Amino acid sequence: MGVEGIGARVARKEDKRFLTGKGRYTDDMSVPGMKYAVFVRSPHAHAKIKSIDATAAKAMPGVIDVLDGKQLTADGIGNLICGWMIHSKDGSPMRMGAWRPLADETVRYVGDAVAVVVADSVNEARDAAEAVIVDYDPLPVVTDPVKALADGQPQLHPEAPNNMIFDWELGDAAATDAAIAAAAHVTEVKILNNRLSPNAMEPRAALGIYDSGDDHYTCYTTSQNPHLARLVMSAFYNVAPENKLRVIAPDVGGGFGSKIYIYPEEIVCLWASKRTGVPVKWTCDRTEAFLTDAHGRDHVSTVKMAFDSANKITALKVDTIANLGAYMSLFSSCVPTYLYATLLSGQYDIPAIHANVRTVYTNTAPVDAYRGAGRPEATYLLERTMETAARELGLSPAELRRINFIRSFPHQTPVIMNYDAGDYEASLNAAMAAADWDGFAARKEEAERRGMKRGIGMSCYIEACGLAPSSAVGSLGAGVGLWESAEVRVNAVGTIEVMTGSHSHGQGHETTFAQLVADRFGVPIDSVNIVHGDTDKVQMGMGTYGSRSGAVGMSAVAKALDKVEAKAKKIAAHLMEADESDIVIENGELKVAGTDKSVPWFQMALAAYTAHNLPAGMEPGLKEGAFYDPSNFTFPAGCYICEVEVDPDTGQTEIIQFVAADDFGNIINPMIVEGQVHGGLAQGIGQALLEGVHYDPENGQLLTASYMDYAMPRADDLPSFKVSTSNTPCPNNPLGVKGCGEAGAIGSPPALINAITDAIGNNALTMPATPEKVWAAAHAAN
Amino acid sequence: MYQTNYHRPSSVQEAVKLIGGAAEGKYLAGGMTLIATMKQRLAAPSDLVDLRHIAELKGITVNGRSVRIGAATTHHDVASSAELEAVCPAICALASHIGDPHVRHMGTIGGSIANNDPAADYPAAMLALDATIVTNSRQIAAADFFTGLFETALDDGEIITAITFDAPAKAAYQKFPNPASRYAMAGVFVARRDNGEVRVAVTGAGSNGVFRHQGMEAALAGNWSPDAVGNISVDASDLLTDLHASAAYRAKLIKVMTKRAVAAA
Ligand SMILES: Cc1cc2nc3c(=O)[nH]c(=O)nc-3n(C[C@H](O)[C@H](O)[C@H](O)COP(=O)(O)OP(=O)(O)OC[C@H]3O[C@@H](n4cnc5c(N)ncnc54)[C@H](O)[C@@H]3O)c2cc1C
Repeated sequence: MGVEGIGARVARKEDKRFLTGKGRYTDDMSVPGMKYAVFVRSPHAHAKIKSIDATAAKAMPGVIDVLDGKQLTADGIGNLICGWMIHSKDGSPMRMGAWRPLADETVRYVGDAVAVVVADSVNEARDAAEAVIVDYDPLPVVTDPVKALADGQPQLHPEAPNNMIFDWELGDAAATDAAIAAAAHVTEVKILNNRLSPNAMEPRAALGIYDSGDDHYTCYTTSQNPHLARLVMSAFYNVAPENKLRVIAPDVGGGFGSKIYIYPEEIVCLWASKRTGVPVKWTCDRTEAFLTDAHGRDHVSTVKMAFDSANKITALKVDTIANLGAYMSLFSSCVPTYLYATLLSGQYDIPAIHANVRTVYTNTAPVDAYRGAGRPEATYLLERTMETAARELGLSPAELRRINFIRSFPHQTPVIMNYDAGDYEASLNAAMAAADWDGFAARKEEAERRGMKRGIGMSCYIEACGLAPSSAVGSLGAGVGLWESAEVRVNAVGTIEVMTGSHSHGQGHETTFAQLVADRFGVPIDSVNIVHGDTDKVQMGMGTYGSRSGAVGMSAVAKALDKVEAKAKKIAAHLMEADESDIVIENGELKVAGTDKSVPWFQMALAAYTAHNLPAGMEPGLKEGAFYDPSNFTFPAGCYICEVEVDPDTGQTEIIQFVAADDFGNIINPMIVEGQVHGGLAQGIGQALLEGVHYDPENGQLLTASYMDYAMPRADDLPSFKVSTSNTPCPNNPLGVKGCGEAGAIGSPPALINAITDAIGNNALTMPATPEKVWAAAHAAN
Repeated sequence: MYQTNYHRPSSVQEAVKLIGGAAEGKYLAGGMTLIATMKQRLAAPSDLVDLRHIAELKGITVNGRSVRIGAATTHHDVASSAELEAVCPAICALASHIGDPHVRHMGTIGGSIANNDPAADYPAAMLALDATIVTNSRQIAAADFFTGLFETALDDGEIITAITFDAPAKAAYQKFPNPASRYAMAGVFVARRDNGEVRVAVTGAGSNGVFRHQGMEAALAGNWSPDAVGNISVDASDLLTDLHASAAYRAKLIKVMTKRAVAAA
């Protein structure tokens, strides 16, 4: 592997830039003549727009123009779309209501954009935005997804009666019901998965530049997938054809899913740039981010889990209502369906599963994928249910899980997924050993003497990463293929550029992708540049989400490297008059195996470009591309254990220890993997203990619109994590990698809630487990 | 933020004059509350008169048990003052838990008291310590100073120059923080005088801001021990209910924080 190859703990190349303030984010981009956009947003959660009067605003200092939804509609800019078609169980297509980038008739959540001001400065634009007079006719509001489905509730979109978008199912209802009827024991639980705000450190931003000379647009944007943004803006929003639209996502400061989607603002900046003749930049402020970034989760579920007399699970029945907010965001439909219900088998051999999912419009911000996307919802539901069942059956949580683990692979679940490899018992044993599970009873007793309630909880998660085989997702309704592309350019001096369709916004690709190359050719990673995030530089790509960059993006790089390697060996063999099959590449040299003959890597590269002496018929140059389409999802899995102490007087929870034992397949850079797990755990613990978006149910106002009320996890909320991996290589991709970006956020919430409910002796607790809730639950139990 | 004019006086007199001449002037201390409010466009002062460069507003003096803290003294300076620590460590500990290091190095005691946020920490200390709020024109007893949510007895243009108090025999502050903002969800400052008089002041919980709890004061005056408050009931009807905590839970927290403060004093 070498010191910089696969498996090496290489420090991140990009960190020098980030730590010294040299990162270049969208808001850092400035072009001559650039002006600033501020959006006029609805203060109502639901209202008809009677009129918009911008006369006074237009006359204010520095104002260039004020544009509204009627003009946008007149210019033919299309509706925002959801790109994954889901059919209800009656066969009807999902009922997608219109989402205008600037609302022209109706606003449906607080923050819905109705107009945009372009001015010389942000402050002048803000002043003018306050002077735009919008006459609203307020309508009744519904924010609760269960209530929204009932008769007589406010209706958001005429396309969706009773606010229902689809009523979808997966699995065998009859077999599941029969197994439940015949069960020795049935555990029933109601599960709430709280709504979260994504809170990337860098707020969203967009810079639209229209060049009238070439009739060409450039869009700088905070995107996890600039190519997808270009495709969608061209094909559906009618902004410009792809060859006339360049999308650049430079350094991006965190996404967590929220920057996958194409939002109104980037479209409006491009359109406004053409309308006004000046480049237009918008940067979101934190309040706007709370209001308008796509939220995550927000499920209400009921669960029945059936057991036979030997405590084997015989069936699982799940009914879920998922709140999608006021509009269907880009991937909103697949998150509570194919990214959720397909994981309901967890690590367990369950013969029959049936899931029913209804998705609902409410007067709240759109909800879409957020770190984990569907899998945290499945894992929380399943692992809370397993814990509850273990308590009801009088078994230890580990024992119930061991009885039900899948032990042979490949394993076909009743909900589509075919697990390729895994060793769940190994993770469970590793986690229990690391947590000193056996010593817990003594620790609990010691805590009791101090008046504290100590609890321990586990969670065994599985997730699906490496999205995804294109034909498979196509058959399930995806509007795009989920392959990835790469191009490897070897320069004449032997340095290397790798163009990738994956996008790095915190994942460290500039390091890990370079490690692949270093590993292959024995060149230093400093001689390898990773190029991403610009549709003019990288031909096509599907971007970064769903922990796909390793399994899919790197696999594409590996495929391109195969081609480069083959050509390099041909050239070297020719130069050394050897047989191509005898050439090996080591430490930056191409050698003839078993001899002392060698050609340095750079000399081979130079030969490729001088082309003075190449094999007959060979094209000059050394540059190869590849598209990689995965043959299956990958299935990272693991076991997390959390130990807490609850102060019974206040309900305050302290996390004493948190153990993560994961199986991520082969590891490219252990340090970066640990960092991803740490970050994921922090987010999962945030969800379980602290975070929650709240709307006023009466008027739809966002009550958690700042950090005064939205509780983010901080360093002192978190323990020092104990993380480890025991890996079974993924058999389905060339690198054997599975993905590690979301696991921490997926596996941790149930471990924490299982621990708290263990401590207080009351299973009825919802996330976030705030001190008041824990205190109330602890006292209800006594 | 709206346009504003910035002034930097070097004396209290000059500051008062500047405010008098401004259409809608505001004093600026640490700016930790005011600047954030302006950025959100919730405040639009025509003029800002900066108090941070007025020497007479700064510093801590301890004379025997009598303490004077200049209004423009930062939370950090209060937290790390050795003289203050020697006579009233409770107020140093309180200051050391306000916000984060950035806030503590900018925010001031005068700004905090003038702002009278119902969840701020200092107001509880002022009430329990029976402090005097000294202004450019008069002296106001803490009991008369805090008049409601974000409301004080200050007149327009009046500057807090210092706060003074006599250090008690024993004192401590216990705060149960709001998980999001980390302001007090229930903060209790207890102080006991040599003559046995006890004060218990509560912040973060009252629907009308900081208040004293006479029931607990009486109980603790008779028996200065955590157990003394065991049977005292805290009436939840005057307490706040919000997203983070109900009045009933706050009532419970007030008792727990009081016990812990007495134990720590
Ligand atoms: C992130 C964060 C966390 C915080 N956490 C806490 C916390 O846990 N507990 C807590 O108690 N506080 C907390 N605060 C508030 C902090 O203590 C501020 O210092 C305080 O609220 C205001 O003080 P300032 O000096 O910054 O005043 P400024 O913001 O400058 O002024 C506040 C108000 O007081 C007026 N004013 C200032 N000085 C005087 C004076 N001498 N005379 C008359 N009027 C004056 C101003 O005109 C203004 O109206 C926090 C603040 C932030 C930003």
